[in-house]
Amino acid sequence: MDEKVLYSMTGLFDTPDQIIEAAEKVSDKGYTKFDVHTPYPVHGMDGAMKLPPSKLGYAALVFGLSGTLTALTLMYWMSVIDYPNIIGGKPFFALPAFIPIIFEVTVLAASVATVLTMLFVFFKFPNNVHPLHDTDYMKAVSSDKYGISIQSEDPLYDEAEITVLLGELGAYKIEEVYYDNDEVLEKHNIFEPKFIGLLLVLVILTSGTAYFVLNKLMFLPPFNWMANQGKVIPQENHTLFADTKGMRTPVQGTVARGYLPYPYSGQPELAAANLANPLLPTEENLALGKSKFNTFCSPCHGYFAEGDSRLNGKFPNPPSLHSAKLREWTDGRIYHVIVEGQNVMPSYSSQMTREERWATILYIRTLQRSLNAKESDLQ
Amino acid sequence: MNSTEHRIEYERKELPAGLFKIGLVFFIIGLIVAVVGYFVDPTRSAFNNLIILMFLISVGLGSLFLVALEYIGGAVWSTPFRRITEFFAAVLFILPFFIIPVYFNIHDMFHWTHVEEVLKDKILSGKSAYLNEGFFTIRIVLFFAIWIFFYLILTRNSKKQDTTLDQSLTKKNIKISAIFMPFFGITLTLASIDWIMSLEPHWFSTIFGIYYFSGTILTALAVTTFMVVYLNEKGLLVKGLKRDHYYSLGALLFAFINFWAYIAFSQFLLIYYANLPEETYWFIARTEGSWVFVTILLGVVHFLVPYIGLLSQPSKMNPKRLKFMAVWILCAHLLDMYWLIMPTFSKDGAAFGWMELGYPLLAFGTIILVFYYFAKNKDLIPVGDPKLKRGIDFRL
Repeated sequence: MDEKVLYSMTGLFDTPDQIIEAAEKVSDKGYTKFDVHTPYPVHGMDGAMKLPPSKLGYAALVFGLSGTLTALTLMYWMSVIDYPNIIGGKPFFALPAFIPIIFEVTVLAASVATVLTMLFVFFKFPNNVHPLHDTDYMKAVSSDKYGISIQSEDPLYDEAEITVLLGELGAYKIEEVYYDNDEVLEKHNIFEPKFIGLLLVLVILTSGTAYFVLNKLMFLPPFNWMANQGKVIPQENHTLFADTKGMRTPVQGTVARGYLPYPYSGQPELAAANLANPLLPTEENLALGKSKFNTFCSPCHGYFAEGDSRLNGKFPNPPSLHSAKLREWTDGRIYHVIVEGQNVMPSYSSQMTREERWATILYIRTLQRSLNAKESDLQ
Repeated sequence: MNSTEHRIEYERKELPAGLFKIGLVFFIIGLIVAVVGYFVDPTRSAFNNLIILMFLISVGLGSLFLVALEYIGGAVWSTPFRRITEFFAAVLFILPFFIIPVYFNIHDMFHWTHVEEVLKDKILSGKSAYLNEGFFTIRIVLFFAIWIFFYLILTRNSKKQDTTLDQSLTKKNIKISAIFMPFFGITLTLASIDWIMSLEPHWFSTIFGIYYFSGTILTALAVTTFMVVYLNEKGLLVKGLKRDHYYSLGALLFAFINFWAYIAFSQFLLIYYANLPEETYWFIARTEGSWVFVTILLGVVHFLVPYIGLLSQPSKMNPKRLKFMAVWILCAHLLDMYWLIMPTFSKDGAAFGWMELGYPLLAFGTIILVFYYFAKNKDLIPVGDPKLKRGIDFRL
């Protein structure tokens, strides 16, 4: 008994009415550090013990509201700022569609965070020691008795007085409870190797069993592998279509995004008359044109458009682009050649976008002007 | 605590005279408005009549549902004031008077009653097996017959118990309540479809019955809450009703406020998301012109204000707050009925005039007078009920 410390004075009762009365009397006498232990929640106990309303509700409110805010900002950022997609013809910020998600996240955040707050703040988890553990008193109140325990920390604590008070209330087995200081002060480290090891073994055992049962005994994949999807993949045959081709061609007349159909196919005169260069000879456009000219045109036409091929006679040399005929051609006429090709020159429409073609024409004009400058260029 | 020695401390007292006076004043003003209104603008008057008819069904039928629910659930906490709810259920007797003006103006209100129009309309012809005047009339009679029948046998047994103290009557009522429940669910759903949804006969919403149900239960709870708190403060009810009873009433009100919002939003969200023209036009009618303000107001009045007003634990036990919120919720349900019914009458914008102000007074007056008439010189608690004592001892 020497190394043991006094924790509290305890008494047992037989009925819930008695324990309510006891809690009322004890709190009326001015005791504040006492607790009541019952096998099940007894209605009206909060009032009898004069307990203040729990503060846990505020934690729920704060966490719930932060969940609301998180969901709202997350949805807003995803569907308005980062990846705006039109879904079902709704605006990007479709608040009614967000509300179910906001509601779910609010409830989830509030409930999970409230439980965690209760465990860690109010129950002081991972501490799992209490002086009343493993006492006869606790064994009694966790089966069929109702107990009250007045702690020695209470400023009004007086052994004789409490014994008389509890006796008057009809308690029996009025006893003092002692605890071992070392045991209570012992640190309970959540990262104890034994504990972590046990967790690991548990994880491996449960997931291993699940995998073995589902995969090896029942031949079920643990989840649908991404490769096995119930959909038709291009280059695959499928009986859904009459021609059994998995890859479908677009409907006739479909125009790809960013692509304009060329209306003057085989009609160079019309192209020359009707097409005008939409680009201005700015520095960026000329830089783009130069880059494209050097990539696609210069192998045959030469870096300066003089027809000096770099192909060492393996391909017929094209004529110079500085001829009077070429200088008099309109931009639309040159454009037509780039799109359709001419003689041995193939079409470059799949290599160069519309904008790149026009930029290249601007660069060709610059090259032409470098050999045949106008009067005004010299001033 | 010596609760085992508690006696039931109750003596019958006169109901406060102020209750009768205010009921009478409301009723007379409302009646004048109704009569004048009927001669000035019969269609508008009939629509207003329909609004308060649906409101009174909520009070009467909802109260009867709460009584039956207490029997089936074996609830004890509400037994000390079950009689109050029974008195409110007597409103069911008055309802046939309110359907009469609606019935005589049926052609001005319900588009599907015009046979020649229905024949031209493929959708309405398809619905005509259900929506025709003959069957409509049969249903009106059937609904009122079922409701009044169950009201009579449930309350007769309850009242008989006061003198005979026969416990088997409680068991009998449990059985009757269980039989009543499916009848209640089906008739309430069909009534809401007949009298509200069929105003726009092309429109349909499968959640509509439960939408009306949520408002109905909320209204029945609100009238009971108000009367219990009011009479208890006057000392007319049994001694021993305490915060725990108030809290339970407040918590139920709070729960059904959320339930209503949940259902109302579900109805809106599904229609908004599916975006089908045959469904959306009903909501478009309520978001065009000045109706959009009524729609926003409904969300604030029917959900936001009572939600905040009853959110905290102390506010659910505060008698003043409970009384205020109960009256507020009654007004909110009236607004809800206005929002459901009136856009059919005034398509251009929300119409609000002296008739819309006067008719609710008629409804409130009717409720108070019916309550006064049925509760006068009667015991306000079921003195012979075996659950009464446990109900008074109820603790959270």
